Amino acid sequence: MTATSEGPAPEAPLVEHHVLEYPGGYTRSLGPALSAFFTGLRDGRLVGARTADGRVVVPPAEHDPRTAAPLGEWVEVGPAGTVTAWTWVANPKPGKHHLSGPFGFALVRPDGADTALVGVVDAGVPEVMSVGMRVAPRWARVRTGTIHDLEAWVPLADGAAPAPAPPNEAPEVGEEPVTRIVCPIRLEYEINAGIAPSRYLRGLAQRRIIGQRARDSDHVYVPPRGSDPMTGAPTEIEVEVGQTGTVTTFCITNIAGLSELAPPIPYVTAQVLLDGAATPWFGLVTGCDPTEVRMGMRVRAVWSEQAAPDARTLVGFEPTGEPDAPYEHWKDYA
Amino acid sequence: MRRVGIVSFAQLTSPRERRRNEVELVIPVVQEAVRASGIPKAEIGFTCSGSCDYLAGGPFSFVAGLDAVGAWPPIPESHVEADAAWALYEAWLVIRSGEADSALVYGFGKPSLGDVDEILGLQADPYTVAPLWPSATDLAAMAASAAIAAGVVDERQMAEAAAAARRAGLANPHAVVGEDVTAEELLARPVTRPPLRDADVAPVTDGSAAVVLAAEDLARRVCDRPVWITGIAHRIDTPSPGARDLTDVASARSAAAAAGVGDAPVDVAELSARHSHEVVLLRRALGVGSGTVVNPSGGALVADPVMSTGLIRIGEAAAAVRAGDAGRAVAHAASGPALQQNLVCVLEAD
Repeated sequence: MTATSEGPAPEAPLVEHHVLEYPGGYTRSLGPALSAFFTGLRDGRLVGARTADGRVVVPPAEHDPRTAAPLGEWVEVGPAGTVTAWTWVANPKPGKHHLSGPFGFALVRPDGADTALVGVVDAGVPEVMSVGMRVAPRWARVRTGTIHDLEAWVPLADGAAPAPAPPNEAPEVGEEPVTRIVCPIRLEYEINAGIAPSRYLRGLAQRRIIGQRARDSDHVYVPPRGSDPMTGAPTEIEVEVGQTGTVTTFCITNIAGLSELAPPIPYVTAQVLLDGAATPWFGLVTGCDPTEVRMGMRVRAVWSEQAAPDARTLVGFEPTGEPDAPYEHWKDYA
Repeated sequence: MRRVGIVSFAQLTSPRERRRNEVELVIPVVQEAVRASGIPKAEIGFTCSGSCDYLAGGPFSFVAGLDAVGAWPPIPESHVEADAAWALYEAWLVIRSGEADSALVYGFGKPSLGDVDEILGLQADPYTVAPLWPSATDLAAMAASAAIAAGVVDERQMAEAAAAARRAGLANPHAVVGEDVTAEELLARPVTRPPLRDADVAPVTDGSAAVVLAAEDLARRVCDRPVWITGIAHRIDTPSPGARDLTDVASARSAAAAAGVGDAPVDVAELSARHSHEVVLLRRALGVGSGTVVNPSGGALVADPVMSTGLIRIGEAAAAVRAGDAGRAVAHAASGPALQQNLVCVLEAD
């Protein structure tokens, strides 16, 4: 049971900004309980569900969290409530947190409910916050049936009555129940390629294709991953493979718009077994009519003008015009 | 049913790994754990991993992780989108049921690539909570405020837990935080995420871990002192943080009872407490008192390689038993916001 060691000596890591986002956001259907909840928010009311033993759960659930019995009696709670837990966000994130200034996160138990909601408290300064503080909703003027319709909880003075929701200024809001919400999610990353892929990408910048040889066999893996995918053993011996290879299998795409990076249809993607490599690699086949591409076809690398450590520096492959490789050469990959 | 033993363990941590990718973090720990197990890799009967694609923001990173294992000819293999402690649970079941005599379990992740606090916050309810973007620390800080208000935790206990962790970190080569500090000194530092101070929160840590398990007969053959898993259970609470008692950890309490933690004294407990108040809450929920050394490694507060943190607790606790520092140890893993899901494991040698 010991520590494991560091890898080989470093070059500067290759890092790229990466955004994970579903354009337009996920659309989620709500089901009966959350439909009642979000319809209530749109109409300026807080809705929970009553359980058989008389507890009120908010947000409402479709089933009793304790007994799993189906629930269907929706009841109005609040709108005032009590903070049961809180923290403070000193630096809100634009595009994520909907309040622009510092705010509190809190669990708020609306009057008449037995559970609490996660909410934001627009309290100005954290000194105002406490467990037990009384709060009331500040409703959005434009309410469309999302959690943001309850714009924020605000401190409620002793004995004061919560302000009613203002008339909904959203255009085209009807009486129909809210049945779906759209949830935008965006995450950002700084991805680093790793040691072995960085060597491969740096090779591309020099128009070289670099793989790694297995420790226990003569297999050369392209692109290299730092280990032998058959045994898991580390791979450290670098090998430059040929720039010609054999199509082992391919696909002709006739559907437009599958990827922002895709060329005009029809186009061909293929697995290409480079000469000297043990694993085929994926690339476009250009320079011939798609119908001419076939298993066993001999191809050579096509390079872009850029000399960058970027997978797109290797544009793809084009026919060499040589006779096809014999079936024996590529049958294990077909 | 036959017993299952831990025969080897390896871990790797890095505060902010910029050279190796996720797979390259797995390669050394798998190599080391398999080598130290004494079981030839080709004879290991089952492989199970724990990871989370959202940490790196790419699909199927767990499939890429298999490059570090070697999966040809094809191997029986599984994966959990959770801390690898849950992968160990699956592997334990597979061995107990007789499907395999040995298993390789590993976890990996690079939380430093993105905003892990934000990413883990997205485990909250996607309808009513996640659109507000509370982070995992925001949710934990709220739980801490509830526990403090209820009088079950105080800031001094939290500072003592954080200070003990930081002092232990000095002696743990895998810790990414270590500091000779007292509770008084920590209490003098600013509260940054009320009621938490920076030292109350686990540091962002990249890393990996691997464990090899073996059925009793095989474990005795390959290992001079196998550490037996004599109890293991996991439980989950409601995902709604406002619908459970945040001043207790009911699912940890229930898992500990099911694993038999209270059946005999516990010498060492390794707890996946990512926030200092959770050390106090978990001690109470697991029923480990002053006779138990808690987190001799420093725990998650000094190294939190997400998706391996819980497996490392099991590995560290097993190492303590194997070294004779503990006759009976408990390891704990957690998942979900504010200790929503808890796994408890009891470890003993002969």
